[in-house]
Amino acid sequence: MAITSPENRIWWAEKVGRAELIWITIAFLWGVFMFAMMVWWHLEGNQNLSNEVYRIVPEVFEEKTEAFTEKYTVREESGIPVAKPEPGVDVYMLSRLWEWWPILELKKGQTYRLHLSSMDWQHGFSLQPVNINIQVHPGLEHVVTLTPTQTGEFSVVCNEYCGVGHHTMVGRIHVVD
Amino acid sequence: MDKAKTESDSTDESVPIPPMQRLLDNHFLLLFIGVVVPTVLYTLWGVMELSQIPITQ
Amino acid sequence: MSVAAETGVIGGIAAKFRTCPATGLKIDLAAEKLIKANAVVAIVFLAVGGVFGLLVALTRWPSVHLLSSDMFYLVLTAHGLDVLLVWIIFFEMAVLYFASAIILNCRLAAPRVAWLAFILMLVGAVLANVTVLQGESSVMFTSYVPLKASPNFYLSLILFAVGALLGCFVFLGTLVIAKDEKTYEGSIPLVTFGALTACIIAIFTLASGAVILIPTWLWSLGYISHIDTVMYKLVWWAMGHSSQQINMAAQVAIWYAIPAILMGAKPLSEKVSRLAFLMYIFFLQLASAHHMLVEPGLSSEWKVFNTSYAIYLAVLGSMIHGFSIPGAVEAAQRANGYTKGYFEWLRRAPWGNPAFAGMFLSLVMFGFLGGISGVVLGTEQINIMLHNTIYVPGHFHATVVAGTSLAFMALTFLVVPLIFQREIIWPRLAKWQPYLFGLGAAGISLFMMGAGTLGVARRHWDITFSDATLSFEYPPLAILMLSLNGLSGIMAAIGGGLFVVIIVASVLFGKKVDASNIVEALGPMPQKRVSEAVHKHGSASNFHLPGTYTLVAIFFLAFVVYYFVNWKYLSELWQLG
Repeated sequence: MAITSPENRIWWAEKVGRAELIWITIAFLWGVFMFAMMVWWHLEGNQNLSNEVYRIVPEVFEEKTEAFTEKYTVREESGIPVAKPEPGVDVYMLSRLWEWWPILELKKGQTYRLHLSSMDWQHGFSLQPVNINIQVHPGLEHVVTLTPTQTGEFSVVCNEYCGVGHHTMVGRIHVVD
Repeated sequence: MDKAKTESDSTDESVPIPPMQRLLDNHFLLLFIGVVVPTVLYTLWGVMELSQIPITQ
Repeated sequence: MSVAAETGVIGGIAAKFRTCPATGLKIDLAAEKLIKANAVVAIVFLAVGGVFGLLVALTRWPSVHLLSSDMFYLVLTAHGLDVLLVWIIFFEMAVLYFASAIILNCRLAAPRVAWLAFILMLVGAVLANVTVLQGESSVMFTSYVPLKASPNFYLSLILFAVGALLGCFVFLGTLVIAKDEKTYEGSIPLVTFGALTACIIAIFTLASGAVILIPTWLWSLGYISHIDTVMYKLVWWAMGHSSQQINMAAQVAIWYAIPAILMGAKPLSEKVSRLAFLMYIFFLQLASAHHMLVEPGLSSEWKVFNTSYAIYLAVLGSMIHGFSIPGAVEAAQRANGYTKGYFEWLRRAPWGNPAFAGMFLSLVMFGFLGGISGVVLGTEQINIMLHNTIYVPGHFHATVVAGTSLAFMALTFLVVPLIFQREIIWPRLAKWQPYLFGLGAAGISLFMMGAGTLGVARRHWDITFSDATLSFEYPPLAILMLSLNGLSGIMAAIGGGLFVVIIVASVLFGKKVDASNIVEALGPMPQKRVSEAVHKHGSASNFHLPGTYTLVAIFFLAFVVYYFVNWKYLSELWQLG
């Protein structure tokens, strides 16, 4: 029994049933396959998170984002500037209690280098309804290469708890043709 | 035949315990491995990477 | 009379013990008292944390939206602490003492240290609750820096962790004594080996907790100026996720123990089951990386290796248990004469016994809901779609509530007659408890996973974003999911409440158990159909187990299909590089 010591002194030498061996083999191979799948997706897949990260002082990131926004602002929405960068350039979005700033307008099918960082606490970049989720830290600049494949109005919800205003923290990304 | 052999081994005290069974019976060696493996592969490897993040250009 | 304590010798040293009427084991009274104390406190905090959980579910139900935002975040913090940490680790202490002193027929090493552990944990648990309820520490269970709680928050967790660490040392000490004093022959029983696995994981967990919480405490007091946010998270999850791996090992040990106690089930193979636990000892803790997959600063190599528990070897361990536990039940039932067709053994299992029903439901729901979703969620790239959505709590309510908590409840239905020596009061009501709680928990996890698939954020008071400058709406289906989650929460709360009431009432007012009624006190047992029931069924080769083969085949198919469905969704996402 499982609550008593093994009956045989050398239980290691007990024979294992054939069905159990088959199951172990299947489970092992499935594990190897699932591992290989992640590696393969890095080589062939189109959805991998970038590892390009720098340490940065929050104020420096803020300056960079402001310079970017000033250069590309085309209009305002609810008092928030909308930046429409040329395709292919570096774009910036900062998070702070409790907003994503600025609003971005991107072109479908173009690739952008999106720089993300936080001014204060940790935030969660959750692009909806696409459902891309990336953790955003203060003091770290994460550069993600992003290619929108749909047009429309997308929202950035904060999905890392960041205090009492957490549930009001919504940003915006427009994608146009 | 295999089975007969197993059963006689089990009662014969002079037959040595196989190494894997000895490992599984060595609780403190298991404790050591169980603490060292994640400490090295998860924690230390992770800390090393985090401490090597470059400063922004 | 069983309750009369004798002073006698267990091993070499005098200790007070009684003789168990069911097993003839000598039960060390010091161990027995500690098991009682830890189990009682565990259940008290389950009740408190469960009420908090119900309040969370009712607030997340959009048309009810019970609590204010401040209270929601406060209650959510307290809910996480009380059930994920306090209930579970107190109960695990009881399991460790049971699996060492009682099962090994041994006296408990250093009962005074075990009492010190108990007091430290209790002080920590009470202080944590008081601090959170004071309102300045609504930082969630994870308390990610630079969110700052009041210093007592961190101090309470440190006290709790140190206490639990002492409890682990008492368990290890008891193993040493049992071996020295030869209270068992050969190797320790499989259940004790599972408890050892839990203990080893606990030591890594609690040490990691101390390593990160002590500097954070000093930071909250102002002695340290800065704590790196990713570094904090890395080490915190070595505690936060591994603590749930303690559950994993403990609950698997319980899945082996209950069929052994009720039907004399034997592991199909000692070797294979122990190797599966060995995979846990080596690799299970690496899965702390599941929480770090979309963090900046860690390489893909680190992420892929750690999130896969070293090429899924720990998952292999779980899949082995998932075969050998139902296999052991099937073999035992077939030996009892239930040999018709594929599933007579399962149909005629003692489903009216809450210990068996809870154990088997826990096994099935853990595997199908918690296990599969955990592996999918922990796939590096798929995590991009699911990180920090309510899918995550959906997943761990399948593992920790439908899995661990239900398994612990099932064991409690045996601990009351065996250790508290009381009959379960209202057995007919008790019969329904695992189904109510289990179905409620399954609903909670399924509906949260459903909402998470639609993008709903976790730890979020208002998913309609009514106060936000920019508006956003989740799909209406998500609202429906969260409403159903609220209903499931009510059902689980009724099941959980029933458990607490039945157990407390049984301990206080249940009929005393002695040699005359111990067997009935364990609940309905499987009947032997043939008189010359086969006794030796230690090896799977003696038995054909078609029911188990079918179950694992269905499981594997569900796993593979769900895995690829998620890759398909991922491939439709915007391109990321």
